[in-house]
Parts: sequence; C-alpha cells; structure tokens
Amino acid sequence: MKSKIPQFLAFISGVVILVAAFIPHTPFGMFEETLTNWFMIISSFAILLGQSSLIQSNLAKISQKAPDWKYHIATLVSFGAMLIFGLLWGMENTPGILGQGEKIAENLGAKPFDYLFEYAFMPLSSTMFSLLAFYIASAAYRAFIFKTFESNLLLITAVIVMLGRTSFATVLTSWIPDSLHFLRLPELTDFIMQYPNTAAQRAILISAALGVVGASLRIILGIERSYLGGDK
Amino acid sequence: MKNLHLILLFLLIGIFAFATSEGTETYTAEDAPWDDGTAVLHRWNLSAKWEFLSLQKADSLGVYQEIFNEFSPSGQFKETGLNPDTKYQYRLVAYNEERSDSTSLFSETTTQQQWFAMNKLPLLILLVIVCSSVLYYILSARKGKELFIRRISGLDSIDEAIGRATEKGKPILFVPGISDLGDIQTIAALNILNQVAMKSAEYGTEILVPCRFSMVMSAARETVKDGYLKAGKPDAYKEDNIFYVTDDQFGFVAGVDGIMLRELPAANFFLGAFWAESLILAETGFTTGAIQTAGTGQPHQLPFFVVSCDYTLIGEELYAASAYLSRDPQQLGSLKGQDFGKLLTIILILAGIIAEIAGLGWFKNFFEGVF
Repeated sequence: MKSKIPQFLAFISGVVILVAAFIPHTPFGMFEETLTNWFMIISSFAILLGQSSLIQSNLAKISQKAPDWKYHIATLVSFGAMLIFGLLWGMENTPGILGQGEKIAENLGAKPFDYLFEYAFMPLSSTMFSLLAFYIASAAYRAFIFKTFESNLLLITAVIVMLGRTSFATVLTSWIPDSLHFLRLPELTDFIMQYPNTAAQRAILISAALGVVGASLRIILGIERSYLGGDK
Repeated sequence: MKNLHLILLFLLIGIFAFATSEGTETYTAEDAPWDDGTAVLHRWNLSAKWEFLSLQKADSLGVYQEIFNEFSPSGQFKETGLNPDTKYQYRLVAYNEERSDSTSLFSETTTQQQWFAMNKLPLLILLVIVCSSVLYYILSARKGKELFIRRISGLDSIDEAIGRATEKGKPILFVPGISDLGDIQTIAALNILNQVAMKSAEYGTEILVPCRFSMVMSAARETVKDGYLKAGKPDAYKEDNIFYVTDDQFGFVAGVDGIMLRELPAANFFLGAFWAESLILAETGFTTGAIQTAGTGQPHQLPFFVVSCDYTLIGEELYAASAYLSRDPQQLGSLKGQDFGKLLTIILILAGIIAEIAGLGWFKNFFEGVF
C-alpha cells in the first residue's frame, strides 16, 4: 500500500502532464504550473528535513571528534549566525523580528545578513568557481598528451579552436589567399564548432531525449519503482 | 487602332494597380492560433513614407494605450498575457517625423482557447510511435522474448569499483547530481543508486550520499534503504550516510570535495544533472585515486567527465542504466523500444535531407509545426 499510492500518483501526474502538453484549453493548460507549485510547497516543507540532517550530521562529527571536526563547528556557527541575523533583522527589504535594523545597517553599510552574504559567502563561492580554471588546465593537459590517434586528433582540433578564438589567429593566417579563406584559423574554428561539434551534441541530445521518453514511460507505468524505495 | 486601345487599357490597369498598391496599408489583430487564448498576433503592412508606429490597445474605458512602438514597414508582434475569451480593440497609428501626416488603422479580435495545439501534431505522432514501440517491446519481454542489449562498460564496472572499495576498506561516494527531484536525471540517478546500494550492502561497504536538496535526500534514503533490504542486510543501513549539504551550488561542491579529501572514498559515482561543478568534482576525485564513474544528460559536461573519470555514461546510457543493471525483462524491453526510436530518428533525418534537396519544403514545415 505504501508504494501503491505513490505509484498511482506518479501515473496520474504523468498522464495529466502528457495530455496537458497538447491541450491548451482550461483546465489542462494550468496543470503543469499547478503541479509545479505543489512541488514547491512540498519542497519548502522538506527544507526543515534538510536542516535537521545538516545539524545532526555535523553534531555527530563533532561529538565523535572525526578528522577535521573543527570545520563542522564552523559550518554550524555559520548556519546559526545567518539564521539568527536573518530572523532578527531580515534581508534586503524584508524586515525581521526587530524590524529593519537601520542603525546596524548604517554602520555596516547593509543588513547583517546581506553583509555576510555579500562579503563572506559570495567571495567563498566565487573562489570555488575560480578553481575551475586550474582544473581545466590539468584536465586538458591529460587529455592532450600524445597517446593514441584519437588523442592526437583531439589535440590538433583543440589547438585550432583555442587559437581560432584569439586575435592572434587572424594575424597568423591572414596571408592565406581569399580563394582558400576556409583554411584561415578563425573560419576553421567556426566550421569545427558549427558542424562536427553541433552534430555530435545533437546526436547526444536526441538519444538522451529518447532515453527520457523510455525512463518516463517506465516510471508512469510503474515498471521502474526504485526511486520510491521499491515494493515495500 | 485596336492595338492602341489594348495598350491604353493595359497602361490604365497598370497605373490603377500601382496607385492602389501604393495606398494599400493593412493591419490585422488575430487571436494567436492553437494557444490557451492568452495571445494576439498583430500583423501590419505600411507604406514606406511612415517612419514611426504606435500600436495601441483600448482599455476598459475605451482609451487607447500604447503596447508596442518598434517601427518596420511590415512586421508582426505577438502580444501575450491576455485574458481568454475576451474581446480586444486595437489601433495602429503610423506617422512621420514631423507628425505632419499620420494614419490610423483599426482592428479587433476575441481571444479563444483551443482544444488542441495543432502545431504539436508531429510531436504527438512521433510520441505515439515511440511510446507504442516501447510498450510493444515491454509486452514482448513479458511474454519471454529474448532481447539483446549491448554492453555498457561503465555499468559493468560498478562491481569492480565496489569490490575495490571493499578491498581497501574505504567507502563509496555517490552524488545524485545537483538538480532537484523534478529533474528526470535525478530520478535516473536514484534508480542507479538503488542498485549500487544493494551491491555495496552485499559487499559490506559503506555508501555516502551527499545531497543538494532535501527532497532528493528523502528519496535517496528510501532508495538506499530498499537496496539494503533487497540485499538482505537492513541492519547495515545507516540513515546518516545519506545527508543534506547545502542548496548552494559551489557550497555543495566545497562540501563534497571536503568529503573526498577527508574520507578518501575508493569509488566515486557522479550520476545525474551537473553543470559547472562537474570538473571540480571529477578532478578532485581523480587526485584522490578513486575509480570514478560519471554520467549525465548534459552534453556540455560530458567532455569534463570523459577526461577525468574512468567510465562515463553518455546521455541515454544514464537513463538506461537502471534497466540494464536490474536485468528486469520489462525494463530491458523499454530499452529496445528506445532503440526503435533511434532508428526512426535516423530514417526521418535522411528523409528530411532528401526532401530538402528535392525542394519538398512541406516535409520540414510539417515537423516544425508550420502548416
């Protein structure tokens, strides 16, 4: 019974959304938006579940003195600070329990929650993102090492595309006569990106779309039930 | 003489036609076709002497308010956000710079809700064909028909990865993407998680599942619990190993990277929807020396995974993985149906190329929903 009701709901929701995709008339046209709103409401309840998991798992690590347990204290302190500041003085134009906190905002230049978000959270987030540049370099180095015919092909193509995206490529190949203009690096780059690259990406997208159709049908028909916790 | 009369007649007709064509200015407002009655399509054709236009709609008091003013001698504008089954009145005013001369054209229309989006007809036909083939193969499999499914090395390696983790006494890390439960890629990842959890329970290896969303965490807990039940080891299930990290994209990455560096899992699975963080996760996993299996339906992230991971599930393989691993004939039948869909796509692409070369534009137009 525990799995039958979710299966039935999945079937009804799936069929309704599928039918509504082809019928714009009321009430079908609003089904997708309504179900999305329901999902958002359920998600907001689930946030509490997530927060309790966060506190529990970090407290467990601290109490067990797990490796680098001090970082877990930092997590809990940060979580608590943001929660308290948000509750007391709110964020942006939303007031908190103690109002808008004009005096604090005057000294800090922003509300405490916004201040921490802007000057602590955002730089940390940007730092993580910027790591990508270094990881791309190390991954590219490994991918472009001369090993096989395919890796050589990849290396040559990558050099053409990377060079072709710079102004240096124009200087380098501007001497090529107009009759052979397609051999100029910027044009070669455009060709690679527009045709072989797009063709490969579309092939993946089409097959993925078919995979989505198959997976959706398995879920709608109740053949695939693992995500519900099986047949319990 | 007779010829002269004929020439004069043609000349007169020509002059009349030229005069009328110069002065023909049209403007129509029509209910947008095949929609939910919330849009109106405006089309106009003005003479070259005008330099500006103002498209106006009458409000409830009958006063015209401007809704669009980008000039072009002939063009169209789709107005959205209207009420269905409502009558609207419009005025198009065209004028030149000094406003010494202007013209006003009027039109009215009633928005109507349609019962079928005719422009989606080709999509419906294709969907019916593909779904029918999937259902046919599912039924065939139910009847006991043997179906051949090609090997997917990324999935065959799961046993190897879990075995290695068991030998090293290290945990397995499974990241079900960074998308919420509303994404089919996350559902596909959870279905694979069920199989991985079952195998890890059989081998007695711990599995860690950090989640970006609470809903995913709840579903993942149920999925892992089911895997442990199937393996006959419900007591070994640890709910705390499936935990929430944070909703923030890079905060989540920082958390998972930390887990990889502290816990040193012997096998990493990155399956589901990934964006910019894919390479950060995969490269960190690579530096720890773990066996890595990744899979996503995001074509832009696939190269990063291919470079940094030992095995990569490309596009459809992610969705097929659960069926492949379960070896359930019904699920395998659906994979066969997908293959038929691929064959159909190839045939249609070839037919489209031939039709375009032959100048049969209707073929392409039909699939674009233009009738």
